[in-house]
Amino acid sequence: MSVLLSIQGMSHYFGGLKAVSNFNFDVPEGVIYGLIGPNGSGKTTAFNLITGIYRPTEGRVFFQDREITGHKPFRIVHQGIARTFQNLRIFGNMTVLDNVRVARHFRVRSGLVSSLLRLPSFVREEREVRDEAMRLLDIMHLGGRAEEQAKNLPYGELRRLEIVRALATKPKLILLDEPAAGMNPKEVADLMELIKRVRDDFKVTVFLIEHHMKVVMGICERIKVIDFGETIAEGIPAEVGRDPKVLEAYLGRRGA
Amino acid sequence: MGNLRSSRLVTVVAFALSAWRSRRGNLPLPRLLTVAVLLYAVIQLLSRTGILNGYFMIIINRSLVFVILAVSLNLINGIAGQFSLGHMGFAAVGAYVSGSITTLIFMYTSEQVASIGGNIVFVIAIIVGGLAAAVVGFLIGFPSLRLKGDYLAIVTLGFGEIIRTILNNISVVGGPRGLLGIPKFSNFTNIFVFTFLTIVALRNLVQSSYGRALLSIRENEMAAELAGVNTTRGKVMGFAIGAFFAGVAGGLLAHLLQIAHPTQYGFYASALVLIMVYAGGMGSLTGSIIAAFFLTFLTEALRVGIDQLRDRVGIPVGTEWTMVIYALLLILVMLFRTDGLMGMREAKLLVIDERKK
Ligand SMILES: Nc1ncnc2c1ncn2[C@@H]1O[C@H](COP(=O)(O)OP(=O)(O)O)[C@@H](O)[C@H]1O
Ligand SMILES: [Mg+2]
Repeated sequence: MSVLLSIQGMSHYFGGLKAVSNFNFDVPEGVIYGLIGPNGSGKTTAFNLITGIYRPTEGRVFFQDREITGHKPFRIVHQGIARTFQNLRIFGNMTVLDNVRVARHFRVRSGLVSSLLRLPSFVREEREVRDEAMRLLDIMHLGGRAEEQAKNLPYGELRRLEIVRALATKPKLILLDEPAAGMNPKEVADLMELIKRVRDDFKVTVFLIEHHMKVVMGICERIKVIDFGETIAEGIPAEVGRDPKVLEAYLGRRGA
Repeated sequence: MGNLRSSRLVTVVAFALSAWRSRRGNLPLPRLLTVAVLLYAVIQLLSRTGILNGYFMIIINRSLVFVILAVSLNLINGIAGQFSLGHMGFAAVGAYVSGSITTLIFMYTSEQVASIGGNIVFVIAIIVGGLAAAVVGFLIGFPSLRLKGDYLAIVTLGFGEIIRTILNNISVVGGPRGLLGIPKFSNFTNIFVFTFLTIVALRNLVQSSYGRALLSIRENEMAAELAGVNTTRGKVMGFAIGAFFAGVAGGLLAHLLQIAHPTQYGFYASALVLIMVYAGGMGSLTGSIIAAFFLTFLTEALRVGIDQLRDRVGIPVGTEWTMVIYALLLILVMLFRTDGLMGMREAKLLVIDERKK
């Protein structure tokens, strides 16, 4: 298995606060990789650094052996990294279908002028995009919602829609920021199935953040545990689950 | 001559009517075009028969120009979610550039040449004016990359005033007197055609991949970027396209009134266009079209009404009061119809049916 994403010595400060401290890790191609840690431990910040929302204060990020440190977010998406957000970021006043089609825009070959004139080549491409988006929505059981305003969807479906939108960019790596947040046990179970399918059917490497240990243990093949921006354990779920530092730092804090 | 023209008009109406009826038949004239042709023919007919007098036609022409201004501002403010307060600045660029071109050319050409090639020169001048405005829009688009909301509003407001001040001080284009003696090329027909083409182009844009990308910037800029949209390019592009059509509108207005004057393009006019966009509904082309017509007619009615109040009744009021009434109108709209007349909806006529072949 080759390394898809490699992070080397990545740190990030917000003023005096060290949110991420010397992260080093490799995400191998084809795995479901989990990053866990208590609230405020720097997980989301790590995703923001990888996707170019912030430039890391120190360290470098490589994707498929090419450096992407400090690239603009949309360029990083074009290279094959997509993500979802911990706090949903849906285009509420657009239809479900349009939410997905936006993610396909950067692959459109027709120019602006041919869209203004609606030339036949453009209309044909628009139809392709529409069909592709519909197919994705159908696979994720959102096809029936296609024409609805996204803001009218229930929470669980919005979370799924964000995953569909990310998949529509045809990523090689998808970053999921607490995908199970706010879900009931049934929805969590469905989500775990869905994440496995994303990896198996779409051949997408999955890198997810979760602070529910149970979810992570269920589907992740490799886990990294952080606290206060520092890595405290890394490995396969069985090992990490037994690690005394993890039990103390993570489970101990939660009990308190 | 008059009879010949009227009979030609009747033919157009008959043709349009038959096209309307046989939409599913063998005459595949699109609905929007059919409606436009009918509307054009009816107004033209009413004008020819004298039911709509010249005064009325001037207001209709002015309304059409404001339709172009409103839908193009809607692209920037409503669709791309930026906040531009200086839309008339772009119109001024179009007016002065196209006005200078035609004025110069016809100063040195004989009448015969003018009558043959005049309309071609006119159309080219209008488009060059639009392109000049687009270049300015492109440059103004850059501050929008770093500024949001109120700050951007202030910058664009400043831009509009700067344009006005510059024009006020360039003597080759008339300075404070304005650019005078612009040939009268605009008429109901060509203004109508330009307006129709603007609406179609913007409808096509908004309901395309590019339009959806612009909308996504308004909805959530970070999510748009993370969906692969180059939001920087999108915003600058939105400004440039909006400015292009504003420039076209300015050119049409200059060749209608035969004058381009700095005061026509000041903050009041920009605010009027802004009110049209808000009252019609941010993001709705239909709303902007309706509001542009309604408010242009209202402006005229208020002007006449205020004159009457002053001259006949003796109440000392001036036309400044129109602005007060607009402000009240806008407040009423915002109170009782938060999203404007149409919200984000479009009339069916302006919705592209994607399932149709
Ligand atoms: N934009 C920001 N500005 C300042 N501090 C921030 C910002 N984003 C996150 N932080 C801080 O960085 C730390 C890590 O936050 P975050 O990455 O969101 O944690 P997690 O996702 O693990 O809950 C927290 O203390 C948080 O308050
Ligand atoms: Mg977080």
